[in-house]
Amino acid sequence: MTRDNVSAAPGVEAVGAPFACAPIDCDVHPAVPSIRALLPYLDEVWRQTITLRGIDRLALNLTSYPANAPASVRPDWRAPGGRPGTDLALLQRQALDDFGTRFAICNVMHGAQLLHSEDMCAVLCTAINQWIARELLDRDPRLRASILIPLESPGLAVEEIERCAADPRFVQVLFYVMGGMPLGRRCFWPIYEAAVRHGLPIGVHAGSGYRHPPTSIGWPSYFMEDYVAQSAAFETQLLSFVAEGAFARFPELKVVFIESGFAWLPPFMWRAAKTWRGVRAEVPWVKQAPPDLIRHHLRLTIQPTDAPADPRALDRTLDQIGSEDMLLFSTDYPHAHFEGTQALPRVLADRLGAKVLAENALATYTRLRPQPSQTEVSQ
Amino acid sequence: MNVAVREPRAEAAERLMVVDCDIHPNPRSPADVGQFLPQRWRQHMATFGSLSREMYSDTIGYPRMAPAISRADAWPPAGGPPGSDLEFMRLQHLDPNGVEIGNLIPLTTRGPDQRNLDCAAALCTALNDWQIAYWLDKEPRLRGSILVPHEDPAAAVAEIERRAADTRFVQVLLPPRTAEPLGRRRYRPIFAAAVAAGRPVALHVGGQGGHCVTGTGWPSYYIEEHHSNVHSMQSLLTSLVVEGVFEDFPDLKVVMVEGGFAWVPPLCWRLDAQWKRFREEVPHLKLLPSEYVRRNVWFTTQPIEEPERPDDLADVISWLGVDRLMFSTDYPHWDFDHPRQVFGGILGAREKAQVFRDTAKALYGY
Repeated sequence: MTRDNVSAAPGVEAVGAPFACAPIDCDVHPAVPSIRALLPYLDEVWRQTITLRGIDRLALNLTSYPANAPASVRPDWRAPGGRPGTDLALLQRQALDDFGTRFAICNVMHGAQLLHSEDMCAVLCTAINQWIARELLDRDPRLRASILIPLESPGLAVEEIERCAADPRFVQVLFYVMGGMPLGRRCFWPIYEAAVRHGLPIGVHAGSGYRHPPTSIGWPSYFMEDYVAQSAAFETQLLSFVAEGAFARFPELKVVFIESGFAWLPPFMWRAAKTWRGVRAEVPWVKQAPPDLIRHHLRLTIQPTDAPADPRALDRTLDQIGSEDMLLFSTDYPHAHFEGTQALPRVLADRLGAKVLAENALATYTRLRPQPSQTEVSQ
Repeated sequence: MNVAVREPRAEAAERLMVVDCDIHPNPRSPADVGQFLPQRWRQHMATFGSLSREMYSDTIGYPRMAPAISRADAWPPAGGPPGSDLEFMRLQHLDPNGVEIGNLIPLTTRGPDQRNLDCAAALCTALNDWQIAYWLDKEPRLRGSILVPHEDPAAAVAEIERRAADTRFVQVLLPPRTAEPLGRRRYRPIFAAAVAAGRPVALHVGGQGGHCVTGTGWPSYYIEEHHSNVHSMQSLLTSLVVEGVFEDFPDLKVVMVEGGFAWVPPLCWRLDAQWKRFREEVPHLKLLPSEYVRRNVWFTTQPIEEPERPDDLADVISWLGVDRLMFSTDYPHWDFDHPRQVFGGILGAREKAQVFRDTAKALYGY
């Protein structure tokens, strides 16, 4: 097979809209157009700081997410003249109308979450969350959003969660999968305590702040390697939640892996279970086998579906995952993973139907269920 | 965790003859290796000792769960650490487990990882001499691995050429954790020399690249560090494929040792799917990533993944290709896989012959 005909090699067969029921899209990426757009949400001191330092002229794009690469934006989903995801009308049509979407969870990925300055990081996260409420949630009742938090400042993160949680349209707390420390570590637990108290799952999205090389063997040469390495980082985070006892401490904690892929999960669980049987004396608070804990606490979005064209492989992968509750529909708009609206692999459509499209999301994101206060906010 | 399992001795006629692709020999004392060092480096080691990238000079940052990472029953009655007594290795492993050929993979002396490159080169040469004198000259069932100072590719090439005529050295040994990913261009001369010498390159988990063991920070526990070795193998396979090593060396044979294998098919699916999105970035790849793996890479079986439903492993093997697998025990380490228990009933007789013996014999040309 040569390079030229490989691109025509079929991917996994998928179905498009209209779906069997209105989907809940658990990964849509509107974008803040610029730091300048956040100035109205900053106090005078920060507005001056940001302007005097020229930060308002930056985007703080993460290197790990090349904004113009084909992987980051589908050609037909490009916002004319702006950064992908910055045109709300376009997003409403392409990401919501075209898929018949009931709710879409906005994960506004922003490099500000990874600033080394805890103060600037927290201030910009607050500003972005306020921008999200005003510019997205107020403008389309189908939109919900994740709360951006300063990722290395648990105290400030809890404050931000408390502030945003009053708005029921915020349904999740958002992390990048590659940060400074594994997420199970105990310094993060106040964040999980706050999240559980407010019915907010912990969303962990692909992406790296390059606190460390993205692989344990050093810096690769290509974006493609960095992207592939995300799945190892997701495995690392999952094992950290298990080994540190975070799942045992917070029985209600839900963790959602976003843009993680999911075919890696079964072999990971087998290895984690085997090693745990061998060395569990080291982590006596882990009383359940890791696969049981994982099935209870973890959810994953379906894009990208890294599966071969032969549907039997995906079919068997679902058997191996061993739960119908874990997969959540996503488009990852505007990233390019599929053609048209064919976001749902046929095997998932046939076997999981409404569960993957909406029911699993409703079970995971309790804030998506109708609440009295929601009506008040919408009005 | 570390319970000794005593087996009744199998009758010779019933024994499954195996090639064990991962046996760890140890020096009985540092002097065993030191005698092969030039005086200058013997003095250096006595005065300064090892300069690696690890926090501790005598273990990793995550103390292991068993002394010497070994089976409790693997300590030789005559003294010395596990894996240091050939006669005991014969009695405990080679004879009763029907080991027809065993590949030695020396790990315990931090030779190749030394930051002082001249020291690394001297230690690798000494460790290779030590393999000959203490193991290969004494036991015809054992084969050696050429240790090389990988951070100094010119010196590594010289060491490969020095050993090439001795056919008892069956492979070049490299660690996955190096200063840069092994697919990076600076290491190409080592792969070129391995191909020229007609030797596969064995990549055994471990090494000390000095990087954080995960892409997202240091974990707390050995259970996590142990698992992180699998991720290093995933990144390494990604590196070798995506950086074009197999495009440059279509005849290169790579054996990934002690990383398990169930993760390989999903990683190949991910590589293939993502390659379609990133192909403009990596136009040097002429094949699908999975096709390079199918052509150039083999995997040893230990520590074998144990699915909750044992038959799931049969799916994995069918996706991977049974011809990619070669049996290994990891003797004398604690997570040893036993040849008569390892696959349960999922392999047929012909497949068993492939995995336990024939594939390795063909690959290494025994």
